[in-house]
Amino acid sequence: MTNLPVLFVALPLAMGFLYILLLKQRPYVAEIVSVAVTLVLLLLALSLAGAGTFQDGYLVTSFNLPVGGWDIPLGINIFLDGLTVFMLIVVNLVSFAVILYSVNYLQRYTSRTYFYSLILFMLAGMNGMLITGDLFNLFVFLELASVSSYILVSFGVEAEELEAAFKYLVMGAIASALILLAVILVYLVTGTLNMAYAAQFIQEQGMNRALYFAFALFMMGFSLKAALIPFHAWLPDAHPSAPAPISAMLSGVVIKVLGVYAMLRVGFNVFDLGADPVFLNLLLVIGGISMIIGVLLALYQWDIKRLFAYHSISQMGYVIMAVGLGTSLGIAAGLFHLFNHAIFKSLLFLNSGAIEAATGTRSLKKMGGLAKLMPVTGVTSMVGSLSISGVPPFNGFWSKVLIIFAAVLAGRPVYALLAVIGSILTLASFMKVQRYAFWGKSHLSEKKQNSNLEAPLFMKVSMLFLAIFCIFLSFLIVPVLREMILTPAGEDLIRGASGYLARVGIL
Amino acid sequence: MKPDQGMSLIVKTVTCWINSFIFLFGIYVMLFGHITPGGGFPGGVIIACSFILITLAAGKEFALKLFSLDDASVVDSFSIFLFLFIGFLGLILGNYFLQNFMAAGEPFRLPSAGTIVLNNVAIGLKVGAAIFAMFMYLSLFRLDEGEETE
Repeated sequence: MTNLPVLFVALPLAMGFLYILLLKQRPYVAEIVSVAVTLVLLLLALSLAGAGTFQDGYLVTSFNLPVGGWDIPLGINIFLDGLTVFMLIVVNLVSFAVILYSVNYLQRYTSRTYFYSLILFMLAGMNGMLITGDLFNLFVFLELASVSSYILVSFGVEAEELEAAFKYLVMGAIASALILLAVILVYLVTGTLNMAYAAQFIQEQGMNRALYFAFALFMMGFSLKAALIPFHAWLPDAHPSAPAPISAMLSGVVIKVLGVYAMLRVGFNVFDLGADPVFLNLLLVIGGISMIIGVLLALYQWDIKRLFAYHSISQMGYVIMAVGLGTSLGIAAGLFHLFNHAIFKSLLFLNSGAIEAATGTRSLKKMGGLAKLMPVTGVTSMVGSLSISGVPPFNGFWSKVLIIFAAVLAGRPVYALLAVIGSILTLASFMKVQRYAFWGKSHLSEKKQNSNLEAPLFMKVSMLFLAIFCIFLSFLIVPVLREMILTPAGEDLIRGASGYLARVGIL
Repeated sequence: MKPDQGMSLIVKTVTCWINSFIFLFGIYVMLFGHITPGGGFPGGVIIACSFILITLAAGKEFALKLFSLDDASVVDSFSIFLFLFIGFLGLILGNYFLQNFMAAGEPFRLPSAGTIVLNNVAIGLKVGAAIFAMFMYLSLFRLDEGEETE
C-alpha cells in the first residue's frame, strides 16, 4: 500500500514500452490499455486524496517514501503532500478524458501505437515531476515530459507542424538548460539535491547571491515552460499545430505541471520566498501582464485553436497573479483556477478537434451554424465558453470571483480591476467563437450541411465528461470538499519551507 | 561483406581485428560498473560504438544485417522491462521499489553489489540499442535526402 505512488511513474512507462515491443500492428489493444491505465491512475490519485487525516480543519497528506530503501539525503525520495495530490488529480483526470477522446480522433493517423506510447511517457514525466522530492529528479522528469511533447506536437509531420515543433524544441531546450544550470548552482551552494535538505540549508544560512541567481534562472526556465508573457512566443504556434488531444494535454496540464507547479514548489517550498515582496511582486506583474496581453492577442484571432492557445496564456496569468497576492485566499483561488482551467481548456480544445475533424477547417470564417449539425459539441463548447468567461454557475465564475475578492482583500484593487477587464475581454472573444462557429449563417458546403457531422461515440463521451466536471467543480468551494482538496494544496504552499520540512519529517 | 561497400580493405581488416576487443571492453565496463569506473551507460555507449565502427567500415547494409533496427527497438524496449522488473522484484521481495534484495556478496568480486549489476546490464542494453538506433536513423535520413536531389 505504501508503495503505490511508484505506479504513477512505473505503470505508464512500462505500458509505453510494452506497446512498442508488442503492439505495433495492434493499436486497438493499446487504446484499451491506455484508457485502463489512466483510469487506474485517476482512481489511485483520488484514493490518495482520501488517505489523509484531518488536522487544523483541513486534510493533511504527508507521504515520504524512500526509493530503494535508502533514506534521504542518501537516496531519492518520493514525497506527496496536499499540493502533489491536488495536481495528481488534475493531471490524471485530464489525461483520462484526453485518451478516451483519442480512441476515435486518432483513427485518421498512422502509427497510432507510437502516439499512445508517447502520451504515456508524457504522463509518466508529469507524474514523476509531481511526486519527486529531488531537484535533479525533477529536471529529469521535466525533460521526459518535454521531449515527448516535442515529438507529439510534430505528430502530423506536415510543414507547419514541424516548424512549430522545432520552435517549441528550441525554446524548450533553452528553458531546460536554464533549469539545469540552476540545479547545478543549488547543488554547488547547498551540497545537496534533495529539496528538503536544500530548503533546510537555505533556511539556516539564508539566501546569498549565488542562490538568488539560481532562483532567477529557475524563474526564467519555468516561465518559459509556462509560457508567461515575455516568454510566450512558442505557445501560439505549438499548441494549435498539435493533434487536438495533444493540444488539450499541452494547454490543459503540461504548462501547469512543467511551469506553474515547479515554479511554485521551488519558490515557496525550497527557496522559502512565500513572504518575499520581490518574488510576489514579480509574480503579480508577470501574471497581470500575461492576463491582459494574452486576451488582447486572442481577440483578433480567426484560427479557432490559436485563439484558444492565446487564452491559455491569459488564464495562466490569472493563476500566477492570484498566487502572487501571497495570501491564503489568493493562493487557494489561484490553484482553484488552475484546476478549472485544466478542465475547460482541454474541453475547448477537444471541441475544436471535433469541429476540425467534421469541417476540415480551423478558420472561424469558414464555419457557422454548427450548433444544429453537431448538438453535443455545440452544447459542451457552450459550457466551456461560459466557464472560461466566468459566467455563473460554471466553475470559472467561482474561481475568478475568488481571485477578485482575494485581490481586493490583499489591498491590490488595480489587479482586481485588471482581472475584471480580462474576464470581460475573454467573454467578448468567446462570444465571437460561439457566433461564428456555432450560430449564424453556415459557410459550409451544401453536402456537408446535410451530412451527419457529429463526433463519434468516445469523443462525445469524453467531451460530456469534461463538461459535467465544469459544473461539478463549482462544488469545490463547498466547505467539506474545499478542505479535502483545495485548502491542503494552498496551505502546503503558504507554510513555506518550514512546513515542507515538517511534512518530510527532518525538522 | 561486399568489397564495393564501405571503406578500403585495410580499414575493414583492422576493424575485424579490433572490433571484438571493443565489444568485450564494453561488456566489461557494463558488468564491472560497481567496482571500477564505468557502469551501464558508458558500457552501452562502447558497445554501440563497436556497431557504429562496423557501419563506418563495412557499410550500412552489412551492419543492419547484423543487427537490424527492429532488433534495436526490441532490445531498447525489453531492457526497460528488465529494469522495471528488477524494481518490482525489490518491491515484492523487500519493502521498497528498486530495493537491493540480493545478498551483498564478497567485496571487489563481480557479485558484490546485489542488483546493481543487473540494473547496469539493463541500462547498458538500453543505451547501446538506443544510440545505435539513433545513429542509424540519422544516417538513413541523410541517404533519403541525397536520393531525392538526384
